[in-house]
Amino acid sequence: MRWRRIVAVARKEALQVVRDPRSLMIALLLPLMQMFLLGYGVKLDVDRIPLCVVDEDGSQGSRELVERFTSSRYFALRAVDRTVAPAVRHIDLGECRLALVLPPRLAERLAGGGATLQLLVDGTDSNTATIAAGYARNVIDSHATMLQLQALERHGYPTHALRPLDVRPRVWFNEDLESSYFIIPGVVALVMSVIGSQLSSLTIAREWERGTMELLVSTPVTRLELMIGKLAPYFAIGLVDAAICVLVAVGWFGVPFRGALVTLLGTTSLFLSVVLAIGYLVSVSIRSQVGASQVALVLTMLPTTLLSGFTFPIDQMPAVVQGVTTLVSARYYVTILKAIFLKGSSALELALPIACLALYAAVVVALAARAFRKTLD
Amino acid sequence: MFQRILQMLVKEFLQLRRDKSARFRLLVPPVIQILLFGYAATFEVFNVSTIVADQDRTPESRALVAAFVHSSRFELKAVVPSPEQVCAAVQRSDVHVGIVIPPGFSHRLRSGDEAPVQVLLDGTNSNTALIAGGYVGQIAQAFAQAQGEALLQASGRALTAPRVRLQVEPRFWFNPNLDSRWFFVPGVIGSLVLVTIVNLTAFAIVREREVGTLEQLLVTPIRPVEFILGKTLPFFMIGLLEVAIVAGIGLLWFRVPFNGSALLLLAGTCLFLLSALGLGLLISTVCRTQQQAFASNFFVLNPMFILSGFGFPIASMPQPLQWLTLLNPLRHFLVIIRGTFLKGVGIDVLWPELACLAALGAVLLTASVLRFRKSLD
Repeated sequence: MRWRRIVAVARKEALQVVRDPRSLMIALLLPLMQMFLLGYGVKLDVDRIPLCVVDEDGSQGSRELVERFTSSRYFALRAVDRTVAPAVRHIDLGECRLALVLPPRLAERLAGGGATLQLLVDGTDSNTATIAAGYARNVIDSHATMLQLQALERHGYPTHALRPLDVRPRVWFNEDLESSYFIIPGVVALVMSVIGSQLSSLTIAREWERGTMELLVSTPVTRLELMIGKLAPYFAIGLVDAAICVLVAVGWFGVPFRGALVTLLGTTSLFLSVVLAIGYLVSVSIRSQVGASQVALVLTMLPTTLLSGFTFPIDQMPAVVQGVTTLVSARYYVTILKAIFLKGSSALELALPIACLALYAAVVVALAARAFRKTLD
Repeated sequence: MFQRILQMLVKEFLQLRRDKSARFRLLVPPVIQILLFGYAATFEVFNVSTIVADQDRTPESRALVAAFVHSSRFELKAVVPSPEQVCAAVQRSDVHVGIVIPPGFSHRLRSGDEAPVQVLLDGTNSNTALIAGGYVGQIAQAFAQAQGEALLQASGRALTAPRVRLQVEPRFWFNPNLDSRWFFVPGVIGSLVLVTIVNLTAFAIVREREVGTLEQLLVTPIRPVEFILGKTLPFFMIGLLEVAIVAGIGLLWFRVPFNGSALLLLAGTCLFLLSALGLGLLISTVCRTQQQAFASNFFVLNPMFILSGFGFPIASMPQPLQWLTLLNPLRHFLVIIRGTFLKGVGIDVLWPELACLAALGAVLLTASVLRFRKSLD
């Protein structure tokens, strides 16, 4: 392995990037676009859920319950009707996510042993529906507790007996359950996979398309030197992009960064090696630039989006799919990213995912180093 | 005129028939994507790994733990003696939920003092934590109510005070089991068709330009409008076929219900395809090479996907982004798809979306045809 030859290949590749403003623009614009798009566009928090009430009771009591909903920041009251029909229409049109049906003679029913409130929820968006129904239950439960306390007090009962349990939930690592804190660290992985695989997938395919392959084959460069030289500039670009992402995440979106930068740098380098090597492998096997970048995009971005735990929790997937995710390098990197950002985990605590990522990188890079053949057929 | 368009059609289909990799790209990625989304994309919360420190070890504390486990929302991984072990397990991400029942729990419960229970939630995935936290509250509430009643009875005083029983009966419409799959699978139809058709259209024209056959075509007596029609009609048909295939997988394999009118969905699909074709054409007029077209497609399609309501509720986005989504054909098409699949609503509800699609399609097609004619001169 000759250092001089590596530098020569790297210089040539870097010049090509600099002289092609379009690819340079992609390299710098894409991380910014992804960060802002996903940072603002991907929110799973639910507040101001549009609600309508069917108040068949129309009494002081039913209005008190409705008042509880209007004062909650999770609900926005859109309409109060006397019958169910308009509420059904609101839900059909998508104007309201849920309808609360208060039956007639509510107070009487409450006193007489039990009232049942119906909650009609638009289940189309199942996640929002789950969260909205949970909030509505909380509001109604606390209202019921208050009513019971009042009733007991009036009859001279000990009121503490009704609230025997004091549940103190505490949330760690993301205290306000801000969904952007959960999404944004994963975006770093997404940007790395897109950038890394896209840029490197062009390297060899370009030589074929431009007819420079013959020249390349006739030089004394070995395949290992070629790979290192070709990928080095993109590795540098990848690290710059990672820095941009982290800066935007922490500086603009205020995502906490609790871990060590060194761990982040080390693991990002490992992940970059993986995606660059995958892109290079694709580039060696597919001779057209477009075909190569398409295949590389599908091979890296799709698994990073769906199978890495980036948005969808892996432990909720079917067992077979969970097995498949162990073969996705982004899974380890996303775990590491979230742990470094939110939990402040040390490299030691992350030993297992780091080891998996390192092993992955070693295998893919070894494959990529052997992939290029110095022949023209 | 029709003859010339027909000849273009025959040429395009012949090209497609001979291009093995294009056929592969048309069929395989869509199938892989719908399977991935069907199996991996889930926001549901079941069997969340849970650790318990039961420092009390009484029938009451065990009953509380049992209440959590029986809900099928929580899966007990271990019962440990000390709260420190709970904290360590959450820190290591071995479990997502930790419950600490302090000593004296049952004593306080029986003597009528509020008995504290500490619940630790891993907030790294804020969505799971939010939903799991809601379940914790519901289970604790039910437990508290049962205990409260038992206490009142044990106090020996005949219960003369009115018992307030307020029950909530949530009914999830359109998706009674809140199956994430029912939410995602219909959405995949829209996003896949958009990606495939825009890519196909843009590439087909840019390729002709790159290879130089575009000029050859233009010296034939074919007129620009005929050329565009002949070029886009095959993709229109492919788009319809793709919708049919993906919808078929959704209906037959994933058993997503179809409650609306197929005719309405067809009308919506045709209008949506106009936008997709217009967009593809428009991109083809600004790109010289296929590589440029590929990059432009990514920059256009990725924001459209994220800002469509495909997976992330539009209502939670910042207001300016919400306005921006109105210009996104995919957003309107997804409303039509989910409206016909899940809600079973008719044209009386979906006409605004159909109108928006028609308007967007008309604007995009007109703009692209104008630009295209100019780009030929």
